[in-house]
Order: sequence, then structure tokens, then C-alpha cells
Amino acid sequence: MTNVVNETSSDLRVVGKSLPRVDAVGKLKGLTAYTDDMELPNTLYCKLLRSHHPHARVLSIDTSAALAMEGVAAVITGDDLPIKYGIMPTSQDEHALENEKVRFVGDPVAAVAAVDEETALAACKLIKIEYEPLEAIESIEHALLPPSDEPIHDYAGPGNIHRMGALEFGDVDQGFENSSHIREDIFFYEGNTHLPMEQHSAIATFVGDKLTLWSSTQNPHYVHRALARVFDMPMGHIRVVAAPHGGGFGGKSDPFSHEMAVCKLAMVTGRPVKCTLTREEVFYVHRGRHPVLMWVRTGVSEDGKIMAMHFRTALDGGAYGSYGPASMLYTGALQTTTYNIPAYRFEGVRVFTNKAPCGPKRGHGTPQPRFALELHLDKIAQEIGLDPVELRRRNYVKPYTRTVNHLRITSCGIEEVTDRVIEASGFLNRKRRLGHGMGFAISSYMCGAGLPIYWNKLPHSECIIQVNRGGVSLYCGATDIGQGSDTVLATVAAEQLGLWPTDIRVVSGDTDLAPVDLGSYSSRVTFMAGNAALQAAREMRDILVDAVAEKMECSPQEVMVADGKVGELTFEEAATLAQEKVGVLSTRGSYAPPPNIGGRYKASGVGPSPAYSYSAAVADLDADPYSGEIQLNKVWIAHDIGRSINSLAVKGQVEGGVYMGLSEAMMEAQLYRHGLHKQPSMLDYKSFTFFEMPEVETFLVETVDLEGPYGAKEVGQGPLLPVIPAVASAVHDALDVWVDEVPITPDKIMRALDAKAKGREGRYGPKNFPKISYPSIVKVPPFDASSSPF
Amino acid sequence: MGSIGSREVLELSVNGRSHELLVKPYATLLEILREDLRLTGTKHGCEAGECGTCVVLIDGVPQLSCLVLPGQIEGSEITTIEGVTNGSELHPVQQAFMDHGALQCGYCTPGMILSSVALLESNPVPSREEIKEALSGNLCRCTGYASIIEAVEDAGRFMA
Ligand code: FES
Ligand code: FES
Repeated sequence: MTNVVNETSSDLRVVGKSLPRVDAVGKLKGLTAYTDDMELPNTLYCKLLRSHHPHARVLSIDTSAALAMEGVAAVITGDDLPIKYGIMPTSQDEHALENEKVRFVGDPVAAVAAVDEETALAACKLIKIEYEPLEAIESIEHALLPPSDEPIHDYAGPGNIHRMGALEFGDVDQGFENSSHIREDIFFYEGNTHLPMEQHSAIATFVGDKLTLWSSTQNPHYVHRALARVFDMPMGHIRVVAAPHGGGFGGKSDPFSHEMAVCKLAMVTGRPVKCTLTREEVFYVHRGRHPVLMWVRTGVSEDGKIMAMHFRTALDGGAYGSYGPASMLYTGALQTTTYNIPAYRFEGVRVFTNKAPCGPKRGHGTPQPRFALELHLDKIAQEIGLDPVELRRRNYVKPYTRTVNHLRITSCGIEEVTDRVIEASGFLNRKRRLGHGMGFAISSYMCGAGLPIYWNKLPHSECIIQVNRGGVSLYCGATDIGQGSDTVLATVAAEQLGLWPTDIRVVSGDTDLAPVDLGSYSSRVTFMAGNAALQAAREMRDILVDAVAEKMECSPQEVMVADGKVGELTFEEAATLAQEKVGVLSTRGSYAPPPNIGGRYKASGVGPSPAYSYSAAVADLDADPYSGEIQLNKVWIAHDIGRSINSLAVKGQVEGGVYMGLSEAMMEAQLYRHGLHKQPSMLDYKSFTFFEMPEVETFLVETVDLEGPYGAKEVGQGPLLPVIPAVASAVHDALDVWVDEVPITPDKIMRALDAKAKGREGRYGPKNFPKISYPSIVKVPPFDASSSPF
Repeated sequence: MGSIGSREVLELSVNGRSHELLVKPYATLLEILREDLRLTGTKHGCEAGECGTCVVLIDGVPQLSCLVLPGQIEGSEITTIEGVTNGSELHPVQQAFMDHGALQCGYCTPGMILSSVALLESNPVPSREEIKEALSGNLCRCTGYASIIEAVEDAGRFMA
């Protein structure tokens, strides 16, 4: 791995170093207790009864036989949990247990608490439910037609349309008129799922009037809010703890039925109640990548400058709202953060279907349009006879500018990441031969969503640092889902306090013990919680330094804080001295994004971020023209991280992102047949093993963002994005056919080759984009550069 | 194996300690370890032999504990992640995983470590292909696998 290190990093003692994670030892020794490893005395075990109909009215539920079974403590249904919830204010459309209608195979209807899982499962089988099946909607095209029975939901609409959006920035028609070349393409990206190794699990207790939930959640704060709503309880009576986490990737970001069920059952029975999902249930809980159909039209000038772009998307949302309104807008928001598009029109729609609900997966709503956009640009480059790298370079955004949709770009390493992978891979000098190909693509991602999911003016991240008898504790609601956020926060604080990251005890993901952080989504934790931790740590450092300076009778500037010492005192001595002087040693930090980073138009809440990361990838592969089999040889990836807080952890996130991108580019797909999930098991849902994973060479570019903690940006999501189009482009390079659909599988490659052999277009992919009555376009004037420096 | 009612008496040696347990005849080794012995370092991701998070060593051989029934293991020596080292020391494989960043969420880690330990004990200098072969039944969703391969190579050099 090559590091392009900024000069100032030599002043840093722990930030940027390649150090082990602070939670490594417990995990390595099997001591870390994930939710299902926890066992409270007198626990009951919960199982959910789920619908086996994709779409049906619930006519009656009879739980009497289940309730009478020996070992069963309680059975609940939708009648016991009448209040709806949902992650976004505009999608409060879920009942923990449905009692009027089920909307996908796997929709929970009842929950049992019993002495063990076996009994709970047996009791579920005794629950009698009478259904009246309704027509099941299984595709975007089908969902766009007027429903023959009734729509899946009785809100939104018309029909099964959940949400639509239509925005235009600048004069797109004029832009097309001024273009010398215009091209249209259609793409499809199949849905796929997170597949965390840990199955979701939750435990609840209800003692006195206080409810506590331990859960494998990424967002304890949003779960906290949802519980308060569903149980009509003050938030102060509820505690949510995000237990050590066995992988999220976006899949544990919503409040879930099993969380609501264990809470209710704990209230009813007065005993702890635990529910751990089976792997099959994890596939139904889903909230993963939306299938998206895309149409894009771009006009370029003679020299390859983008003049106008029109992007249309249609998302298959599955059965519930979830993050859908945001997901839909994300399919149109970040095209502009990589390319300077002077006139841009976006139209999007999300429909409901009778499948497991979609939501956010790593890259949330942006991998699909990124795949489409990058391939579309490749095709334009080929048509106008320009090198694809050069075409992109001519359109790259510049640092410290605004996009046409008003997004504020600050530090931007898009040129540098391109240079790194292009040079290292030898992309421009590659030898052309049938069956071997290389593909290049770039991308950008947010360092945290600029706005919270629900409207409020509170900080997005808060942190408390407490020093007590020499021990340092850092309290922050951020949730370590494996991405290493506890390590990041400890490192930020350790740098300020002259300690090692492992000297800091991090208390995170607990709504009682730690101040609020909105959660682990949108790659927000390093930037936002990191800034909160930095502020608290700086203040603590000042208190310690002042106490020591007073004793040493010198100025605070003369007191060095490093290597476990504050001036001439050990950290512990300095802490005791300061405690004698000021009492409790506790400091605070908080972070809210600057207010002016996005536009002020309807739907402008999606896209703004205090900074954007940039990534570039080159994929090298062999593709067999007789079988369509792909052998990945190598991936070069460069990522503009701003600054690495821990370069070992950053490298791990980059490699993990590349892996996930490759796996979904080539095999992952969440498929249905007659309303049934076709492969709800890890054997049938194919993902990369050690065998498929090629060599990855990683380059970190440090642009040192002015607002990031020590200049850091994000790495959790960005590096996945360019990988998928790079693979698609490499397949084209190898075989001269386009597969305009993800995943790119041998059968699709063969069909494209077949088409070519028969004299048709050498392409596999969707042929039509449906006619959609998008709402009338909201015209937004482009950002006025004269009103603000950038 | 004797039985009492519907339960069977199982003598099991785990991490060098022998236990006499009363188990359901259809309880899996995974359930016995996690629920009866409360050794929760052994994880589960599918309980169907698909993910490798439940790997333990049975007489030194990595096995998916979710697929093993009591009748198959009477008299065998089981090693779980809790038994890889004594005391607070890290095994060279654990140390290498730590140094190479070969764990993130850590959920696949116990299974990965046990599969790696078994490999290195029989073959301390495995080739990359041999490492992939030995670990191909262990899925990891976080790391992208590369750091795990590096860690196993490094630990092998140390153990050789
Ligand atoms: S739990 Fe997945 S293989 Fe055993
Ligand atoms: S470290 Fe998370 S699954 Fe491997």
C-alpha cells in the first residue's frame, strides 16, 4: 500500500498510524459478547410468526391454542402494538405485527415468548390465521400499472407509487441544443442484500417503568425514538444499547419488528425476552439495495464537455417505505459531485412491490446511478473517439466549488485518485487482446448526511470526555458496527491527550450512558463524532495543561503533551493535580454540519454533506468468450480519505468496500419468484469467498479537509462505488460487448456475445424504460456563485 | 452414551476440561457449547453449514459445529476459541490477525482463527492457494479477505 502523506502528518503521534483496533483483543479471544451471546437470568425466547403470502388481507388471528401450550408465556399480535412507525417521518407505515394486511412473504404477524426457542416455534405453528390473498406486485413495471385489487399501501399513490421527484437545475433543453453529440442509455441494477455475518438479535427488559433494549442496531438513537412512539413512553424511560455488532452495512439501520416484539413481550411477562433471527429471516428483514431501472441522456460538446444531463430512475422499493424517499433522491443527487454538469434534470420514482422492503446498503442509492453514469460516459467516449479517462478529466469538478444542484465541494482529490490508479495499473498502455480487459471508473461519497432523518436543530454528534484518577473515558452515542468507530474516537482523543488509543475507554452506542450521535449511516461517524471528540479532547487537554503550567510556573505553551506525560508530570499525576484544582474533569464536544452546504429547494435535504470523498478504481480481468466466465486478476483502488485516522483500519475499509463491490458486481442478487425469495440462505445467495477475491492494491490520497477532524473524511462507503462500473467496463474491454445490468454474470455475457454474433447490438440489458408520469419539474436556478465564495 | 428420559448423557472434553452433560439427542455441538457450556466465543451465522462462523476443532480438525451431533463426538477433544491459548497471551495467529487488521466486526474471527490454527499446525508455510483452500468455508463480510491471508502467512512464519 502506498501512502501519499501530507507533510503535517509528521507532527502527529498516533493519528494516521497503522495500529490495531482498540476492541481487537476481546474479539480475537471470543470474549466480546454480541447480542445473542448475552444471557440475562430468567430469559424468555421469542419467535415471530411471519406471513407466507406476498399480499393478503388478514381476516382473523386465533392465538388460543398457542397460548395454552405448556412453556408459552405470552403471545402478541398487531392488536397489542397498534401504533405505526418507520425510520423517516414520511414513512410511518409499519406495524411491528400486521393485523390487517401482510405485504410480503416474511411480514411478521404474531410473536410468542416461551421458555425456549423450540417451544416458541412450536407455538407459532399453532396460531391460526385466515388470509384473503390479494394480487401480488412483483416488478417496477407491474407496480406502475393501476392495481387490480387494491394498492399495497393506502397512503402515497397513485396506485403503488410511493414517492416521486422531479428537479431541474439550469436549462437542460438549451444544454442539449448546444450539444454536438447526444446519447441515451438504459441500465438495470438488480437488488442485493447486506448479508452481515451476525443475524439480528435483540433482548429487552422492563423493570419498574423503565424499558431497556440491547440490539444489534446501527442507529440506537432512531430506535430509541421509534420505541418512544410505539409504546407512547417518554424517551427518558427507555434505554437502547447497541451491543457489539457483527456487521451492518446499512442492514441494521431501521427500527425492526423483532425489537418492538421483545419490548412488548418483556412488558407483558415482566421477564427478559430475547429474539435472534434465523438466517432465512435476515433475508426477509432485508432493507438492502433497491433494484433500479435507469435511463440517462447526456449531451456533450465537440471536445467532450458535458453540456446537459437528464437522469431518470425507477426504484423497486419492496413492501414498506423505510428510507425510500431518501433512497429515491440519492439515485439523482451525487452525479454532480464528480462531474461538472451545467444543466441537470432528475426524475425519480419509487414504487411499492410485495417483496422484502429495500433500504440503505453501503452507498445508499448511489451505486446504481454510479454504475449507469460511468458506463454511459464510457460509451460516449467511445462514440466521440476520446479516451475514457480523458473524457472524465475534462469534466471533473474542482475543489472549493458548488455543483449545479448547490452541493458544496471542499477538498477534492479526484485528479489525484485518477492519477494513482491509472499510473499503477498501466491502464493507458494496456495490451488489447480478446478475452482480457481493464476498466476504469471514479466516484464520490458523502462524509455524513448534512441533515438528520427527522427535522431538529440539535447537534448531530455529541461527546463527553471524563478523566477520573488518571483513567480516560470517552462517551459518545456513535455505534461501532465493525467499521472501527470506537478506534477512531479513541485515536482522536489520544492524539490530544498524549496517550495511546488503547488508553481511552470508549463507551458508545448507549442512549443512557452516552450523549446522542445520530448513528452509523451515511459514513458520518469519523467526520461528525470525530469532530465532537476532538473538541472535547482539546478542552480536556487545556484543563490539564493549565493545571500543570500553574504548578510548574510556566506558560501553557511550554507544556508538552506527549507519550503519557503532561509537561514533566505523568498523565495520572497531571490528572490528579487538575482534579484537585477544578473538581470533576469532564469536557464536552458537539458537531453540527455548517448550515450553508446545500440548496434551499424542496428535496434539497438529500445530497449535502460537509465533505465528499473521492475514489477511483481500475479492474483487470480475463473473460472467456466461450463460457462468459470472468477471472478477476487485480483491482487498483485509490481513495481520497482526507486524512487517515488509523491507516490499518482505513486500508481494511477500502479492501472490504472493494470486496463488497466486486461481489455484487458479479454475483449477488436478491431474486423472487411468485412472491417467494428464491435464495434465502447463504448457500443459494452467492457471495465472494476467498477464492473469488483478487489481489487489491490500495492507494490513500490525503487531501486534508479543512473541516474534518485532523482533515479526515470517510472510507466506509466510497471505495465500493467505482468498482462495479470498473468491472463492467473491463468486461467490455475484453469482449467488446456491454452488459448494462448488474450483476454481470456469465449467462448475460453470453447473451450479449450471441446478439453480437447474430449481427445485433452486442449488449445485454433492459431495452425499454417505462413511461412514467413524473410530477411537473421543479426548476431551480443553478447556484449563484456571486452570492457566496463557493 | 446412556440416556435419562429423552436426554442423553454426553461426556465431552472441551479445551482440556471434561464435562458430563445431559443433552437432547438432536442438539448440535454449537448449541451445546453456547447454551450448555456458555462458551459463546463460537458464533453462528446460519446454523446450516454455510458460513463457517461456528468452526471448532474436533481432535485438531476444523469442523462446523452447527452440523455435529452429540453421537459423533463422544470421547473427542474439542477446542474452541476460548481454548486457543491459556491465560491472557494471544496465540500467534491471534496476534497476526491483530497486527494485520484481519478483523473488523469480529464475528467471523473465532472461526477464521480456528481454521487457520488447524492449517498452520499441519502446514506452517502454506501457499496462498493452500490458505484460500483451507479458509474457503469461512465467509467474512468485512475485510475483503486480503488481510486474513496476510495474517495467516505471517503467523505461519512465526510458528514454523
Ligand atoms: S453456523 Fe454457519 S456454518 Fe455453522
Ligand atoms: S470481520 Fe466482520 S465478518 Fe469478518
